Amino acid sequence: MSWVGPEDLYLSTSLASYLDRKILVLLRDGRKLLGTLCSFDQFANAVLEGACERVIVGDLYCDIPLGLYVIRGENVVLIGELDSEKEDLPPHMSRVSVAEIRKAQKAEREASDLKGLIRKRMEFLDMD
Amino acid sequence: MLFFSYFKEIVGREVVVELKNDLAIRGTLRSVDQYLNIKLENTRVVDQDKYPHMLSVRNCFIRGSVVRYVQLPPDGVDVELLHDATRREARGG
Repeated sequence: MSWVGPEDLYLSTSLASYLDRKILVLLRDGRKLLGTLCSFDQFANAVLEGACERVIVGDLYCDIPLGLYVIRGENVVLIGELDSEKEDLPPHMSRVSVAEIRKAQKAEREASDLKGLIRKRMEFLDMD
Repeated sequence: MLFFSYFKEIVGREVVVELKNDLAIRGTLRSVDQYLNIKLENTRVVDQDKYPHMLSVRNCFIRGSVVRYVQLPPDGVDVELLHDATRREARGG
C-alpha cells in the first residue's frame, strides 16, 4: 500500500479507491464498523466518518451510531467496499432497537457461557 | 521479496484467501503489495450464511497480517521457476 498517482490507483493495494465510499471494516475482535472512509495510511490506520457498529445476533441486527472514528491499523482485518445498489443483508434478517440487540447479545453470551461450563464439567468423560 | 513477486505474477487469477479468524473469501486477485496486503474483486465468502454482513461486499482489501492461507489455482505454480527463484534469493539475489 503506497501513495500512487491516479493512473495506477486501481491496480495498487492503496485504499485510495475507497475514499469517500461507504465501507465495512472488520476488526480483529470480530466487530464490524460501517462508515465513509475519510483517510488512511500505509498501516491501514483509517478514519471513518459517520461510523456505526453493526451488531448481528442470529437474525437480528442493529447499527449503533458512533460518530467519527480513527481505527488503528493493527486491528483491521478487512476493509470491504459496500455496494450501494445491493441489499446489504439477507431479507430474513430484521432490524431491532439498541436495547433489543443488547438483550439478545446478553442472552447469546449467557448461552455460550453455560455451554462452556457444561463442557468443562463433562471433561472427565473425555468425549472427543 | 520472493513472495511479493510471486503474488504479482498471479494477479488476475481466482484465489481463496483464508484469514486467521477462519473467514474464507474467494475472489479475483486484484493487487498485492510488499506487506502481502491483498485486494480482491468479485468476492464471495465461502460460508455465506455464517457471515451475512459480507453479502454486499464485492471488492475488498485484506491486511496481510491477518492472512493464514492463500489457496492458489492448481496450475498457478511453476515449480521449476519457483525453485530457481528460491535458490537465487537464498544466495542473496
